[in-house]
Amino acid sequence: MTLLRVRPGRALLWLLVAAAAVTAAVRYAWGLGAVTNLSDRFPWGLWIGFDLMSGIALAAGGFTIAAAVHVFKLHRYHGLLRPAVLTGFLGYLLAITALLVDLGRPWNIWHPFVMWNPRSVMFEVAWCVILYSGVLALEFGQVVLQRLRQWTLLRLTRLALPPLVIAGVLLSTLHQSSLGSLFLIVPGKLHPLWYTPLLPVLFFVSAVAVGLGMVTVEATLAERTFRHRFNVHLFTDLGRAAVVVLSLYLGLKIIDLTVRGVWPLLLSTTMESVLFMVEVGLGVILPLVLLATPAVRSRRGLGAASWLIVSGVVLNRINVAVTGMVRSSQATYVPAAGEFLITAGIVAAGLLAYTYAVQYLPVFEHESSAPVPEEGPAIRPQPDGSPRGEALLSGR
Amino acid sequence: MRLTRRELIKLAAAGGLGVTVLSPRQAAASAAAAAPQAMAVLVDVARCIGCRLCEGACKAYHGFPAGESDDLAPKAWTYVRFRALRTRRSHLNLGDGGADRRSYKVQCFNCVEPACASACPVAALRKTPDGPVTYDPYRCLGCRYCQLACPFQIPRFEWHSPLPVITKCNLCAERLAKGKKPACVEACPVQALQFGPRDQILAAAASRIADNPERYVPAIYGVEEAGGTSWLYVSDVPFEELGFPVVVREPLPAYTWRALGKIPGVVVALGATLTAVEAIVRRRMEMQREERERR
Repeated sequence: MTLLRVRPGRALLWLLVAAAAVTAAVRYAWGLGAVTNLSDRFPWGLWIGFDLMSGIALAAGGFTIAAAVHVFKLHRYHGLLRPAVLTGFLGYLLAITALLVDLGRPWNIWHPFVMWNPRSVMFEVAWCVILYSGVLALEFGQVVLQRLRQWTLLRLTRLALPPLVIAGVLLSTLHQSSLGSLFLIVPGKLHPLWYTPLLPVLFFVSAVAVGLGMVTVEATLAERTFRHRFNVHLFTDLGRAAVVVLSLYLGLKIIDLTVRGVWPLLLSTTMESVLFMVEVGLGVILPLVLLATPAVRSRRGLGAASWLIVSGVVLNRINVAVTGMVRSSQATYVPAAGEFLITAGIVAAGLLAYTYAVQYLPVFEHESSAPVPEEGPAIRPQPDGSPRGEALLSGR
Repeated sequence: MRLTRRELIKLAAAGGLGVTVLSPRQAAASAAAAAPQAMAVLVDVARCIGCRLCEGACKAYHGFPAGESDDLAPKAWTYVRFRALRTRRSHLNLGDGGADRRSYKVQCFNCVEPACASACPVAALRKTPDGPVTYDPYRCLGCRYCQLACPFQIPRFEWHSPLPVITKCNLCAERLAKGKKPACVEACPVQALQFGPRDQILAAAASRIADNPERYVPAIYGVEEAGGTSWLYVSDVPFEELGFPVVVREPLPAYTWRALGKIPGVVVALGATLTAVEAIVRRRMEMQREERERR
């Protein structure tokens, strides 16, 4: 078992989860003020900017690849679908976990379903989080059903996949964009480099880009950790798609900055202008150049470009939710140790859940067992009675 | 809001003639979209002597511990802010003795179209037709989006409680329901606070400026701020110098509604497109397969 080798790493991850649990206990006993540096003038911090906003963005690979496979029937991406759906599902579960820590009155988290305010973006966000988590659970349920060898149930539920995936794409579109819409109500508070009526559009387009990037990042990590080989052509294709999406994103940003006439803000050296240039320069322009250069289309080059996209979008979400809000708040905000502990624990829990899922569930299918294109993702009992892919599990 | 002399005279004239003459069109032009029965309070910074009786009355009425506050807090829904002046200006009530500073009451503005109420996912914060923006802790999730959305940084959260609630001035909604004035208004000894229907209060503010243009700055804070507020301020010192926040003129809920209103269209268009694409691609693949089988 190759997985035995990463055990010390797992111990560290469990330690981080335990530290976060203790921090959460303190928070529930003495209130948010006991573990955070949040204040009335700065009510949203690291947990919203990173755990929630970035977590949801990084989960975007789930709907991007699901749409490619189940709507556009690009079955060559099927091998990437399960890891992407798993990441999406875990991303949403972890975002909900972060929310349960961050909400002041988490026992009322179900209230948006019975107490409506359709004029609230947060109302839309709440519905999207829960409904799309459900969709992801059903999509990922396929993998669990396969593991449990429920072939009849598997074939029946497979029929429901296309409409389910379409619902998932709709919900993701709404959710990714609505996280940007949340900040439309703070025109006087969010720094003008980021505040724009286009926030929902920019959030959605960047989510698609980070979805593509995250799938590649994840696959390169999986190749190293789980010794699973993917076809490199898949990533060159994803890279090409990312070039299109990033170009659209950059174009929108340039038009937006020009129409609002805020280019001069970039000339002065402020914290905001530096962060903005790092975000767009290293997170958008550099990966665009890398991906558009044929010489870089190696495994390593694609991996590096994808890491840049992911970091750029994470920085964007943090800039919108946290750093871009600091100046107007007349407050200072540096996350407290407790905030970092919770965040680290949530990331660690995600990594642990991922490794356990890969260990016990057929998340990575063998390239050789990739489904034949015209049949779709067929999983049928082999002549000898064992289903495809099952050999892989028992063989490990 | 900066008023021209002509606008002031018009507002003052409307006040002089009484509300009945104000046609709905005129009212809408001056007072955003406030309900006809919406109440408001006028704060006259020139008259305020900083005695803090309003603060005490508020705490007494709501059952909060007595004492002076220097900021809003869960148990301090209002406080009196003091600002030193750059140039001395004789005080209306205190004369030269109060020339070096001004004081004014700070509390939730109870906006005509509150950003907090539109932001709240569970409608725990609500605008009532009488004017108050009320809060229902039993609905609240503690997401604090109201705090983020408020352009005046008013709502307070109980950061050190395991059972926290959001707190802010509710314009004494309970007292208003009984036909009484807010506790603070009743306590003010120098008539710096005036309570009444919002259109009458607006007219009163305008005539106060028009009657004494040498003393008052020609502006009423709260007429257009964030689309209009239930607390209106007149002053003999520019509002910027007193530290009043500069906020957008348009009601903030409109900013998010522009995006939210597009959702049905996006859902229908995207849903139809994806369904069509899925059906077309599947049909094409089936045809390809049939063709191959025929060969």
